[in-house]
Amino acid sequence: MNIIKFLDEFTSENLSNKGSSRRDALSTFSSLGKKAALAAVPFGMATVTNKAKAATMFQSTEAVGALQLALTLEYLEASFYLQALNSNVLDEDGTGKANAIYEQISLHESAHVTLLQDTLVSLGETPVDEPTFDFTAGGSFDPFNENGTGQATAYAQLLALAQAFEDTGVRAYKGQAGALMGNDALLTAALQIHSVEARHASEIRRLRGLQGWITGNERGAGMPADTQAVYNGEENIIQGGVDVTTLGSGSPFTVDSSTEAYDETLTGDEASTIAGLFIV
Amino acid sequence: MKNKKIKVEAINNNRRRFLKMSGIALAGSGVLLACSNDDDFTPVDPDPDPDPNTFDLGGGDLGVLNYAYALEQLEAEFYTRVVNGSYWNGAASEEKQILQDLYNHEVNHREFFKAALNANFDADLVLPESLEFNFESVDFSNRNSVLETAQLLEDTGVKAYNGAGKIIETAAYLVIAGKIVSVEARHAAAIRSIRGNDMGDFKLFAGDDAVDPNTGLDGAEDPSVIINAAGGFIVTPFTANQLP
Repeated sequence: MNIIKFLDEFTSENLSNKGSSRRDALSTFSSLGKKAALAAVPFGMATVTNKAKAATMFQSTEAVGALQLALTLEYLEASFYLQALNSNVLDEDGTGKANAIYEQISLHESAHVTLLQDTLVSLGETPVDEPTFDFTAGGSFDPFNENGTGQATAYAQLLALAQAFEDTGVRAYKGQAGALMGNDALLTAALQIHSVEARHASEIRRLRGLQGWITGNERGAGMPADTQAVYNGEENIIQGGVDVTTLGSGSPFTVDSSTEAYDETLTGDEASTIAGLFIV
Repeated sequence: MKNKKIKVEAINNNRRRFLKMSGIALAGSGVLLACSNDDDFTPVDPDPDPDPNTFDLGGGDLGVLNYAYALEQLEAEFYTRVVNGSYWNGAASEEKQILQDLYNHEVNHREFFKAALNANFDADLVLPESLEFNFESVDFSNRNSVLETAQLLEDTGVKAYNGAGKIIETAAYLVIAGKIVSVEARHAAAIRSIRGNDMGDFKLFAGDDAVDPNTGLDGAEDPSVIINAAGGFIVTPFTANQLP
């Protein structure tokens, strides 16, 4: 089955055939979606980027904010994979491979939810409630084939959304690491989740026919333009103030290699905005 | 918690690129301003290593950077041999591309740590750049031997970075370690994915042997554990007396 072909179809035709619904969903992405996500994160991560406020915040508050954001993203992923497994759309590949991959990822994401909830409770905090998710993003997608888009297109969308969620997760955890400095147990656990998200991202990308790593800011063949926010900034070649393309010659130091070799961060705001598209 | 940004100044001295930890901005290119904060550079305690001939990685940020540099040297050397070996030369295009990419990424990582260390620490505190390795246990003409070793090294890299995060003192270094470890994890999953396909195990990319199925957590190990585990590959002796 040609996944890319199906994705191209849903990107260029199926969605545009639905009139303005997709564009509307996108244009409201950064307003409604962001508000919804921030509402779901009591310690709006916007405050963390406000240096004046951050300076007066206790680190534990910052850490709790990071954990609540992580929990929100894990709720999203856990819910997505459970619905995917219940949808039969994964049978589309005809080999059982997609189903096996989603089963393993689902197992991890659900475990992450429990782990983060337990951690917050152990810190004397109340875990955020699970938001209500809409994986159609207001009718733009039909990943579980609930609205008659057809198994093939639904399958392509199911894989595309998984890629977007996993690549977002990798960047979002990385962006919160600094907030967990000073608490060895929390930081280590967050890193241990972070690398699992990266394993997931690699495999979903490969299932879609891409490389496991991100070249430049390319979202990859067949990914809807809506997902570009997940990849913006990945083209960075400056690490620790140094242009890593200048550290040597040959294939390891091309712009492509130099961007692939480092994943970039997302701020809490950016991650919330992306997640917000799927929060009702 | 330290929240400094790594700054670079643009002078190019003996072909070294300098990364400087500094709390202050640099004015103009080609001008290196002195650091104004005393804690911008944490003096390293006198080397407690009882054997003056054996290099010690050091502690804190220095220790972690040297440790990462050692691991990246190991990985880069491994993939250098892979892409010069007969298995890779005749490999299927997908595997060939993946291993070429891994070579590219690991060599880039290696040179990054070399530059970061030399910019921020005295030369005698920086791990030598040509550690000697022993890959006698690997048959570079054999697909399974190469892929098995690649998986071991990538999984080890993930565990190493995950375990080292807590030792890092400077936020900017933690972020860079994070940028690298997720790429190591992507590598590990890709190699596992190839091997899993061979075995009909479609879950191997994040198999229960790597990710605890109850907690969903990847591995994390202290440097002492990792260095012991990688010891079979490392010929040049060094110690990590100031790391856990």
